[in-house]
Amino acid sequence: MLAEKPGALSDARRLTQRVHFERDGTVSIASGKVELGQGILTAFAQIAAEELGVPLERIRMLPASTAHSPDEGVTSGSQSISEGGKALRKACAEMRALLERSGRKSYWELELDAEIPGDAPEKKPAEYRVVGTSAPRRDLPAKFAGKPSYVHDMVLPGMLHGRVVRPSHGFSRLKTLGEIQGVTVVRDGSFVGVLAEREEDAIAAAAKLRAKSTWEQGAPVPQDIHTWLKEHVAERNISKEVVDAQARALGTRQLRAAYTKPYICHASIGPSCAIAQWHDRRLEVWTHSQGIFGLRQDLTKVLRMDERDIVVHHVEGAGCYGHNGADDVALDAALLARAAADRPVRLQWMREDEFAWEPYGGAMAFELEAGLSSDGRIVSWRHQFWSNGHTHRPGRAPKPVMTAAAHLAEPFELWPAVNPALPAGGADRNAIPAYDFPDLLVVNNYVKDMPLRSSSLRSLGAFGNVFAIESFMDECAAAAGVEPIPFRLKHLKDPRGRAVLEALLAQWSAWKRPEGRGHGVAYARYKNIGAYCAVLAEVEVTHELRVTRLVAAVDVGLPVNPDGVANQVEGGCIQAASWALKESYRPGNVGWEDYPILRFSEVPRVEVLLSTNEFPSMGAGECTMGPSAAAIANALSDALGVRVRDLPLTPERIAAAINA
Amino acid sequence: MTEIEVNGARHRVECAPDTPLLYVLRNELRLPGTRFGCGSGQCGACFVLIDGKAMASCDLPVWSVKDRSITTIEGLNGEHPVQKALERHQAAQCGYCMSGIVMSAVALLSHKAKPSEDEIRTALDKNLCRCGSHNRVVKAILDAR
Repeated sequence: MLAEKPGALSDARRLTQRVHFERDGTVSIASGKVELGQGILTAFAQIAAEELGVPLERIRMLPASTAHSPDEGVTSGSQSISEGGKALRKACAEMRALLERSGRKSYWELELDAEIPGDAPEKKPAEYRVVGTSAPRRDLPAKFAGKPSYVHDMVLPGMLHGRVVRPSHGFSRLKTLGEIQGVTVVRDGSFVGVLAEREEDAIAAAAKLRAKSTWEQGAPVPQDIHTWLKEHVAERNISKEVVDAQARALGTRQLRAAYTKPYICHASIGPSCAIAQWHDRRLEVWTHSQGIFGLRQDLTKVLRMDERDIVVHHVEGAGCYGHNGADDVALDAALLARAAADRPVRLQWMREDEFAWEPYGGAMAFELEAGLSSDGRIVSWRHQFWSNGHTHRPGRAPKPVMTAAAHLAEPFELWPAVNPALPAGGADRNAIPAYDFPDLLVVNNYVKDMPLRSSSLRSLGAFGNVFAIESFMDECAAAAGVEPIPFRLKHLKDPRGRAVLEALLAQWSAWKRPEGRGHGVAYARYKNIGAYCAVLAEVEVTHELRVTRLVAAVDVGLPVNPDGVANQVEGGCIQAASWALKESYRPGNVGWEDYPILRFSEVPRVEVLLSTNEFPSMGAGECTMGPSAAAIANALSDALGVRVRDLPLTPERIAAAINA
Repeated sequence: MTEIEVNGARHRVECAPDTPLLYVLRNELRLPGTRFGCGSGQCGACFVLIDGKAMASCDLPVWSVKDRSITTIEGLNGEHPVQKALERHQAAQCGYCMSGIVMSAVALLSHKAKPSEDEIRTALDKNLCRCGSHNRVVKAILDAR
């Protein structure tokens, strides 16, 4: 396979791998990035149509596959627009330049040269006619009509149905396996599953087998995970240190506070699903994984195969919001399919499998300290946090990371989750404050042991770091006697960051305080290199906390599809509100009654103030997560005069803060 | 053998009578628009109309619906005003929960032509959406009235 880094185009073969002119007059575009419900394929089609000068309706986006797509890594980190979009724009610009040089009338008459100069000029934003417009999502009509849209809906000839048999808690090994008639039981060490002709039979058999089998309990998950994290530090890493003793000495008051966030589930509405089929000694997999090449790499390790003998196709799934069970279920399906001769096996996890075995967004603890000068400025800042790594994705570790790999007769040691490097970072994502603090220390206490397997959840460590930093900023502002927005502006130089905060000033000032209500604000630039976002939250506190309104001011550079950006921002605000108000995973949670999320009558109104400019386009999917949670916590504090520093902001915690 | 009426047509299906309707729809009748979400009626992804009422099909044995009229998302042909309004409002991200949401909305509008925003939200409280498309959905249904 061709491996291609974004922006690198050296020959015609790679160019035609991305952009192909079909005989029917359409243009096929191959991208390594995949549709996750974020609308990326519509945005890519807009970019291609724009740069080629071809009508949007003629552009066809090919589903990604290791068989023909460029390897663009994982679709994650809000990088598809900035990286995948950039590579696609470049490819299309090269193609347009080739056409212009050739003297031919259309792309369809073009004979491609072997050498591509690679320096074709791209269109200027002022020339854009398609990029920057709210083209409707191309996939949605079929989804509203209930047409087959997901890997879950695929039917292959001769397909069998599989289910896995796992308890709803961690285990060290399978002790005894029960007996069951009428289905094929597949076992490899402590990995167990069943195969049946009919889906309902596979489900019933797996449930019966689970009830009849016993497992040796794994190590218990600590009751107080945050204290446990602090006691199990493997590495103390300094994310950033700036020593300014002179500034530090100006501090006349020291403030300290500690915050926590729990384990949070991705909690996709559709439990993860995959189809696997062996063709003699070759394997074909259909998956909603965010990283088909990484998944393939880990499959080769577990199955002891060569990359050439595995093809992984991406097919859409339910929204994942990061690394959910998609990769795990793909390995499960491949293992079950080994017992199915050459028949395809469709495996969907049950709801309890997803809750019990998805890789969670990790628990984190934070301690902050600030020195405040007599003129109300922060002169010194300490932020340290304790966390596991925030990525456990396939393809990045020397050992395979999928759940079943650790359960096989010849098991693979469970590799710890790791952190991507700064500036994006993992646990340390957004840990370095955006503000101008002269004396600064940020410490990442990396915990290697994982009581629960955790991996990337939308925004990684940024959610917790921004919640802690922006809650603490409000505590400092109150101590300094300055309003929250002016206090932040006092410490913020970046004009685009200032602009999103200033965009909320009018709404902040117009607020009239009814009884039991409060408002709060928070700001971050995602990863410190991505989208700018400031959120204003309004809350009402009765017997519980209710978020009534969120206003998000966002700058993503030039929005490729403004309504698509708004949709992502609205969704991000609502999901963050759900995390902040309700969500905390505890072992034993197996259904929505154990793990409630915000419902229709509970979600806040959301307004999006989108900056329009011509800066390079950036992703929008994750920038709201931290600011929304912090703004809600700040609004709660504004309403009640007490602060809750532990997520989620439950009625019990609010009552405890009032009574403290 | 059970005989059921789905989207106006009668079907004879070969399955155990306690088979949940969801699997009969998806695998026997090849109507995959009704989706599996939880298997216990807690999320709404598998809602269908049973005699006009939105109900979970994931824990509904097929024997219990043999004399009832069943409508699935496919029965609306993508042409229902709710579906058209959802398109206009771009009211989804991943869309996995949407079939169930459409069925809840259709059931609501068939009983009450002009529900208020609060009534719409309450009616949809049985449907979970994880992407956060709630407000667009509510606006779409208000627009479809």
